[in-house]
Amino acid sequence: MPSLGADMEAGTLVEWLKKPGDAVHRGDIIAVVETQKGAIEIEVFETGVVSEILVQPGTKVPVGQPLAQISAPGEAVKPPPAAVAPARPAIPEKPRAPAPPLPLSAPTVAGEARRRVSPAARKLAAERGIDLAGLKGSGPGGAVISNDVAAATRKPPAARKPGLDLAEMRKAIGAAMARSKREIPHYYLGTTIDLSRALAFLERTNAGRTPDRRIMIGAVLIKTVALALRRAPTFNGFFQNGSFAPSKAIHVGVAVALRGGGLVAPAIHDTDSLSLDDLMAATRDLVERSRSGRLRGSEMTDPTITLTSLGERGVDSVVGVIFPPQVAIVGFGRPALRPWVVEGRVEPRQVLQASLAADHRVSDGHAGALFLADIDRMLQEPDKL
Amino acid sequence: MSPEVQNAPAQSAPAQAAPAQTTYREAVRAAIREALLKDSRVFLMGEDVGRYGGCYAVSKGLLQEFGPERIRDTPLSESAFVGAGIGAAMGGMRPIVEVMTVNFSLLALDQIVNNAATIRHMSGGQFGVPVVIRMATGAGRQLAAQHSHSLEGWYAHVPGLKVLAPATLEDARGMLLTALADPDPVLIFEHVMLYNMTGELPPTAGAVPIDKAAIRRPGRDVSLITYGGNLFKTLEAAATLAREGIEAEVLDLRSLRPLDEKTILASVSRTRRAVIVDEGWRSGSLAAEVSARIMEGAFWELDAPVGRVCSAEVPVPYPRHLEEAALPQPAGIVAAAKATLGRS
Repeated sequence: MPSLGADMEAGTLVEWLKKPGDAVHRGDIIAVVETQKGAIEIEVFETGVVSEILVQPGTKVPVGQPLAQISAPGEAVKPPPAAVAPARPAIPEKPRAPAPPLPLSAPTVAGEARRRVSPAARKLAAERGIDLAGLKGSGPGGAVISNDVAAATRKPPAARKPGLDLAEMRKAIGAAMARSKREIPHYYLGTTIDLSRALAFLERTNAGRTPDRRIMIGAVLIKTVALALRRAPTFNGFFQNGSFAPSKAIHVGVAVALRGGGLVAPAIHDTDSLSLDDLMAATRDLVERSRSGRLRGSEMTDPTITLTSLGERGVDSVVGVIFPPQVAIVGFGRPALRPWVVEGRVEPRQVLQASLAADHRVSDGHAGALFLADIDRMLQEPDKL
Repeated sequence: MSPEVQNAPAQSAPAQAAPAQTTYREAVRAAIREALLKDSRVFLMGEDVGRYGGCYAVSKGLLQEFGPERIRDTPLSESAFVGAGIGAAMGGMRPIVEVMTVNFSLLALDQIVNNAATIRHMSGGQFGVPVVIRMATGAGRQLAAQHSHSLEGWYAHVPGLKVLAPATLEDARGMLLTALADPDPVLIFEHVMLYNMTGELPPTAGAVPIDKAAIRRPGRDVSLITYGGNLFKTLEAAATLAREGIEAEVLDLRSLRPLDEKTILASVSRTRRAVIVDEGWRSGSLAAEVSARIMEGAFWELDAPVGRVCSAEVPVPYPRHLEEAALPQPAGIVAAAKATLGRS
């Protein structure tokens, strides 16, 4: 059971997406685990073959407990239970007595021991991690068809599907934030940024694009923070066991508010190397999956900094609370039209309040000021993003 | 250009009216007329197409209107007149060659398969064969085994040919014009049971695309895939199924080569079940090809084995009751569709 957050102690395995005998590759999603933050998809970090499932769906186990056994490629695979025949028997097995004839005059191949399951049903069952063994078939010759699998998916509505438990999530947020305020000596900085060049850049870029391909200011801000972090390593990483470990990779966690309350801040991996278009797509994807409760474990644990943006909710500024073990959080308010002094004249300009909350154990206000100033400077040259 | 053409405008006037009651036969004739009027390179050639008016009366009246240079009766030699059509096409004409039935076209198989289909390739693109060959196909008129077979699937096997099966009045009216515009040989199969079919055709009816299959009846439970004369038996079966709460989707292939695989796979992926209705014999049939395409492209979408309703593997019999028994019929289509749903 992987740790999917600083305060996670246990998780419930809800669904296996692989079964014994399946090949897995590093990065594959193999299971879904329910945590206080909702259902999280678990990636595998090894390549090999699943030889044994150790934790059955519905079981709650502590962090660190093995969930399944994976054999390295080539390693002898412990034959899984049940009747999975060896891949290639030396002598072909004699076909058993043929099953009762189908209504269609198709010659029958399968032996009686093998369940009759339609390809569509197999596909759906694999997608949803449903065990075909317990299903009753309603198709030709009693075959299990896709509708039977769909019905089985609908049956147990409780606990089975993501279903965010908002009370649990509130507890988790509370624990993390209390720990943050208890342990992290925050310091806070703020600045107001002239956003007119960035907005003009977006207007040029989006001209002629259909709404679904337009880039929003949010993506520009994420990219700017990621690029500025390259020169500000003391804000990117984790403070653990009494010392700071800077992260080479830049994975900006983007705070996503959930409908009905609660919040997650999953990572956009290698944020600094993504184009604005890719970032836009990644953001959309992440927001959608956050709200449907389908995030991957790595997205929960990997953010090296958090960005929170409450402009859409209509506030001018936000100063965040650091999510441990991270060491900084950047906040953006709402771009607003304000009188602004430009070269001695007052002009209407779109301006944005940016804030930084950072961990004083790791950095000082001086470095934080440079980091914020860098963000400001980069937003004045949006073509270089 | 023959002087008869000048009569044309007066005779085409009735077509200006509102949707007119017409037949499949008249729709094909109207298409031939329009082609003859529009393009001086077009001419019609075949057995009995002139004086007799065509063995299915498709070309009745055309000899009087267009004269013997453009409506040419030929000797009873399919190989000779199909070959002449191929030569004329290579020489710049746009011939419409009528062969009485697909059974007889076997005498011209050499011309069609070894010449029409290959010359574009063998000349490195220097020559093309823009010929259109029309022929009747199918059974149901008690014409016995030498006049009743459905061999269009054989032609659909051959690269270099396009093979069409117009099943509706719109397609009978429109496919010929698109086929004539094609730079390569196109074969059009007209099912004998369709010629008397009546219906309305708008006066604006004209050329139609020939590369897309059509959903003739939408449904969610099973895809019934067919073409040509069997479309109406299949629609009848779909209506019967609907009374039992089964919504069948009826797909008209329209083009047998190339097959519109995209539309087929999309339909089957929606319904998860397919039955192919094909008047050809089951072994090595077009239905076999469609079935294989579904296996290749939509296997993981299926909830049941693909079903086929084809003709019995006998030469089509002469007696009415045996002929009916040998051909796909609505009851058999209904049974096959139900089998894919596990119902009887």
